[in-house]
This record gives sequence, C-alpha cells and structure tokens, in this order.
Amino acid sequence: MKKIAGIFAVLIAVAAVTTLIEPNFLSSNNIRNIARWTGMYGIMTIGMTFVIITGGIDLSVGAIVGLTGTLLPMFLTQSHPPLPVGAAIIILLAISALIGLVHGLLITRLRLQPFVVTLCGLFAYRGLARYISGDATQGFGNGYQGLRYLASGSILSIPAPFILLIIIAILAAIFLNRSIYGLYLRALGNNEQAARYSGINTGRMIIAAYMISAVLAGWAGMLFALDLNSVQPSSMGSFFELYAIAGAVLGGCSLRGGSGSIIGVIIGTAIVRVLYNSINILGIATQLEYTVIGIVLLLGVMADEVIKRFSAARLRVREGLSGRKKTV
Amino acid sequence: MEPSVAKLQNNAQPIMEVSGISKRFPGVVALDKVKLKLYPTEILAVIGENGAGKSTLMKILGGIISPDNGSILLNGREAVLVSSAAATRAGIALIHQELNLAENLTVAENVFLGREFRRGGLPGLIDQGRIYRETGKILHRLAAPFSENTLVGQLSIGQRQLVEIARALAINSRILILDEPTSSLSRPETVRLFAVLRELRAAGVSIIYVSHRLGEVEEIADRVLVLRDGCNSGELQAGEINRKQMVKLMVGRDVQQFYHHRNHTTDKVVLEVEGLVTRQGRQKINFKVRAGEIVGLAGLVGSGRTRLARTLFGIDKPNAGAIRIAGKRVTINCPREAVAAGMALVPEDRKLQGLILEMTVEENIVLAAIRQYQIFKLIHRRRKRAAARQMIDRLRIRTPGPDQQTQYLSGGNQQKVVLSKWLCLKPMVLILDEPTRGVDVLAKEEIYRLMEEMTREGIAVLMISSEMQEVLAVADRVLVMHEGGIAGELAGNQLTEESIMSLATGSRA
Repeated sequence: MKKIAGIFAVLIAVAAVTTLIEPNFLSSNNIRNIARWTGMYGIMTIGMTFVIITGGIDLSVGAIVGLTGTLLPMFLTQSHPPLPVGAAIIILLAISALIGLVHGLLITRLRLQPFVVTLCGLFAYRGLARYISGDATQGFGNGYQGLRYLASGSILSIPAPFILLIIIAILAAIFLNRSIYGLYLRALGNNEQAARYSGINTGRMIIAAYMISAVLAGWAGMLFALDLNSVQPSSMGSFFELYAIAGAVLGGCSLRGGSGSIIGVIIGTAIVRVLYNSINILGIATQLEYTVIGIVLLLGVMADEVIKRFSAARLRVREGLSGRKKTV
Repeated sequence: MEPSVAKLQNNAQPIMEVSGISKRFPGVVALDKVKLKLYPTEILAVIGENGAGKSTLMKILGGIISPDNGSILLNGREAVLVSSAAATRAGIALIHQELNLAENLTVAENVFLGREFRRGGLPGLIDQGRIYRETGKILHRLAAPFSENTLVGQLSIGQRQLVEIARALAINSRILILDEPTSSLSRPETVRLFAVLRELRAAGVSIIYVSHRLGEVEEIADRVLVLRDGCNSGELQAGEINRKQMVKLMVGRDVQQFYHHRNHTTDKVVLEVEGLVTRQGRQKINFKVRAGEIVGLAGLVGSGRTRLARTLFGIDKPNAGAIRIAGKRVTINCPREAVAAGMALVPEDRKLQGLILEMTVEENIVLAAIRQYQIFKLIHRRRKRAAARQMIDRLRIRTPGPDQQTQYLSGGNQQKVVLSKWLCLKPMVLILDEPTRGVDVLAKEEIYRLMEEMTREGIAVLMISSEMQEVLAVADRVLVMHEGGIAGELAGNQLTEESIMSLATGSRA
C-alpha cells in the first residue's frame, strides 16, 4: 500500500509540475486523451504483469499488437465476404491465445528462457504482419463507426478504453489477489521449487500467464487499430513491450518475480503516458521522449531500492531491540 | 601399513600441527579444541559421523572459514590462513566434495585458472603454449586418461577429480586435503585415485583424506584421526586400523534420552514400497510403513536417503518399482500427484524447497490446502485466516501474526510453518527430510511431540535424519541405507548407535 501511495505521489508530482508551466495540461480534452491512451497501454501492461510475476518477460507484446492491429482491418475490409465483427475479434483473440500457449509450452516443457522465446516471437509476428499485409497501410476507412466507438468513443465523457481498462483491471485484481490461482502465481514467482513441492502445477500456471499476456496484447492491438484507423504493419506497436515493462516496473513489479499489483501497474502506465503528454505540451523536443522516460524509470527504481533498504535496516534495528522476545 | 612410513613419523617433525582449534556457529559448537598432526609423506584419514566436524575442520585448513581459537603451525611456524588464497600460498590445496571447475574451459585452462602464465607485451595476454605444456607434464605424471585439450564438461566425476589434483600439483602444494573424494566415484575410479595418491605420497606430498567409507580408509590410510561431536575422539596407528576400532571411536558416547517417545504403530500398512530402484541406485528397495508408525531412515550423507524421499514424492523418476498407499497402487510423476495420493514432504532445504520466504506465514500455511478454503476458485478469506490461526496456535508458531513474512521467523518456527502446510491437508504419509536441521533444542522437542501427535492420528511417518540421538529417540523402527540400497532394518533391542553405524558403513555382511 505504501508503495502504491509512493508511485501515486510521483504521478501527481509530474502532473503538478506540468500544470504549473502549462495550465492547459488540465483541460478536459487533454485529460481525456491521456485516459484513453492509458486505457489501451494499460490493458497491454496488465498482461505483461502476469508474466513478470512468474519471473518471466514477454518481449513479443508489441509484435502481437502489430499483428492483431494489422489483421483486424484486413479481416473486416479486405476479406470476401467481409468477416462478421464478432468472428474477426474471436479469431484474433484465439490466435493471440495460441501464441501465448506456444510461448508457455516452450518455456515450461522445453525449459527455454522466456527472454529468448518471446524475442523470437517479436521478430516472427512482426514479419508475419508485414508479409500478410504486403506492408500496406491498413484502416477501416469510414466504416465500422460503431466498432471504433470501443476505442475512440466515450461514455459519460469517460473514454471507452479507460472503462475497458477498469473492467479488465478489476477482473485481473480479483484473479491475482482473491483466487487460488493468484496465490499459486505469486508463490511460484517467488520460489518455483517450493511451489512445485507444495503440489502446485507450476507449469500450467506459467502457461496461463503467457496466454493472458498475449490475449491482452492482442485485444489492445485491436483497440489501437480502431483508434488510429491507419495502421503501418512495420511499425504498429513497436517498442510497446518496453512501455509495458516500464509501466509494470514503475508500478512496483519486481523483474525477479513474485510481486506486483494491478493498481500500481495502472498508475505506472499513467505516469509514462503523462510524461509523454508533458513532453508534447511543454514543447520539449519530442526526440527526447525516450530519454525522459528512461531517466524517470531509473529514478523510480533507484528510489524504490533506497526505500526498501532503509525500511529493512529499520526493521533490523527494531528486531534487534526486541529480538529476545520474538525469536525463541 | 608400510613400516618405512611409520618409522619416518617417529623422528620427523610434523609438516602441519593444529592445536586447540575451536569453531562455534549460531547454536552449535562445531569444533572444540581439536588437534591434528600431519607428518611428511603420509596419508592421514579423518573420519567421524555426519556432523562430527570433519568438513568444518577441513574448511579451516583450506582457509575458507576462520577458527575462533587455536593455532596452525606449518613446518613449525605459525600460519594464519585468512583466505583460500592464503592457504594456497602456504602450500595447502583443498579439494571439495563438490568440484569447482569451469565446464566450458579445457583441462589446461582449468588447471591454471586464476594463475595463468603471462606473456610480455600487451597486458592480459596468456602464454597459452606454456599452460598447455605444463598441464601435459602433470597429467602424464598422474597417468590421466585424457589430454590437456579436453573440455572439462566432457570428463567423468573421477576424471574431474584428477583435474583438481593437477591444479594442486601445478602450484606445488605440499599438503593435499581431499574431502569425501570417492563419494561419487565408481570402484575402478576409486582404485585409480588411490594409485595416484600413493604415487603422490612417494613424491613427498602429505595427504589428508576425509571419508566415511571405512573400507577405503582401511585400504589407503597410514594413520586415522577420529572426530566425534567436534572433539578428538582418538587416533589409530598403522596396524590398529580396522573397522571395529573405527566404529567404536566414532560412536561410543552416552546416549541421553532427552525425549520420551510413545509408540502408536497400528497393523494397517499405509505406505508400501516394492522393488523401487532410484535413479542413482542399483539395488531394489522394499519396505512398509504402518499407520501411526515412525520409521527412521538412517545412513551416511550420500547413501541415497534424500534420493529415496525425492523419488517417493515424484521429484525424481524411479527406474523401476511400485508404490502402494493404503493398499492402492499409485503412479506418481510429480509432487502434485504425490500430494493427491496422500503424501507430504518436508524437504531437506527448508528455505529453498519448503517455504516461500517472501510470503506471509498465513499464505505459506494454506498454500498446499488452499482448495479447502475456496468458493468457485475464490479464496474464502475468513476460513483461510481461521485455518492459519488454528495452526499457529496448535504448533505454537512464534510469530507477531499471520501476516508476518516467513523469512523473519526463526529456523524452528519456519519448520513448524512447513509442517502446518501439510497438516492442513491431513496426509496419510508424511516424509520428513532432516526435520530438525538448524533448529534449536526447544523447537526440536516441540517438533518431536508434534510428530507423535500425528502418529496418534494414524499418519505414517518416514523420517530421514543424520542425528543418531534423534533417530534413536523418535523412530519406532529404523531402516539403514548404504550405497543407494537398504542395508538392514533395526528395531527394539537391536536399535543401537553401533548397529546403525556398522550397517551404514557397510560392515555387516
């Protein structure tokens, strides 16, 4: 809880500084815009969180965004006869799930390293998206306005993707904190051997994590496509896996596995989005975007480490004072 | 054995003289005023039960740990072995139980690792030619069946041991310490190693040979030093070295009954193991454990006890055999299936295998049994908390509360958390691997009492223990393992420290 308060303070601080320099930051349009993007990136980052909790990493997220983002408009506008909307979405979610399943099987059964497996995926799905589309820009034209409402519309002036994020976040938080599977996932992320020795099917839980990551990335990819309406297969979603990792780490996930909270990850994602937005409206050269995000991420991780050490030292002192009573 | 050597000792000055060495670890005295003399050109065997202090003493001589008190004289001069580098400079080479070699480097690169010959000119350049030439010479001397160009990863354990010895020779070590060198060697490899050791002795090297294989000690040692409970227990000169004498010095202590155990054994067989062959053993293992019975699994380190436990629990695959639980044949391929079949394992390494240290006491307690506290896969938090509280009270786990992280508990309380994890599930068979290792005396007794409580409820208990007193005090029946098989079964009056020891060292025909 303390951790979440800490990163929330960072979010408020970045927003406050930006507002002081450029009050337009707080305009309802700008806030809505940030919320919309936080929604889409957040959905993807929640998927990554599951994988990071297992102690793994999913580098293929951006490529999956590219693949589903390219294929959704193609399915809807270029197939004859055009696929029904529901069928297109279900097929793409199924493809994503299959990708996650393959990642999970390679990692658990063949014991390949997650970094390597998903790195191969990063290359493979990007190439596939480019080949299938012939590298041509994809879009929905003027059609599918109703469907595009999912990404660009608002309900009660809250952007639809943000509402979707909240729904997915609630489900993810329940899964992680209240279900037996969440307990298993955190247990194996901290100590896979002990979890296995406790009778937990760790392989199945790891596979599930990669499937959740891939499906949420696939879904986010479709939302990005619906929002942009102009998808470049060669660049759609590139680097997004790194945004997702950055959001998760800022949100308090340890890459060693075992810990992570959904609310933290959403705030982490929001910080990255607010930074991006601040750079734009403050007139900082957009070329510096990555540099700023990199520095903020580094500062965040450093602060976290320092605080952790400080509180551990304090705990030791306390234990030392009352140690005789506690340890028998 | 060889009179010339024995005679030499009488008038020679010891090359190493250790006196008054003591070492305390939290909660235990590992060594208490130990003395040891090593003469030039002899093979001194150091023997003792598990935990007698052999390895600690060798680590001190190898400069890996420092003693609390005592002195070490080398050639009559005081030596301070503050690090393994210092020991190496003093001419002492310690060859560990676990070999420390880089598998992806060649034999020659390993032999000279960290002390490569430099070439003039650019800094950091290694004189490859010289390293390979020198290694070749040493390997020739050792009659090694491999070349200096071989990758260490391709060598057998016995061959790797030769590489370690070559490493020691490359720096002209005068004292070679081998800690359980034959524990993973085949008989022909052992014979070859002994030939090498005799050769080195002839060339003027003094050797300390740590082992619990008494037959091999008889074969190779010129003199034997026996440790017991961290103290010198006695010494045997050439001519007195035989199994009976060694076993007598290794055990012979008053066994004090510190815990009175009641037997709750019933007639009902719960665990039945038939013809089980573990991955490392060749012998078939057969035994039964009845409801309410505590069967002790005794044996020396490396005798295959942990392997047997791991095989029963589905962590390692057996080569053959059948397991029956409550009369029903079960196939177990992974821990999950073992748990489903009614088994539970308190593993050897509590922190690595038993607990999730970063998680809370409550989460650890309910981890295995969480399905009992769920509704539609969602955790019923009140029932979970109630179960944790019940276990904390019943086992008297000393923790500020259920939400304390397990890593801040003491060893004994951590072990109780592991036990309660399984008690929530009410298993039929409980396997305990060194349940009181690193646990203080008070918690030990509590754990014993708990085991008795479980047997009263009809749980069949299989307990691995290296502590003689524990086995004698707690077990209703003892199986003694030796080299991957069961060497014998002891109960009632036959159950003595001596009888366990002689079975464990393979003495009894």
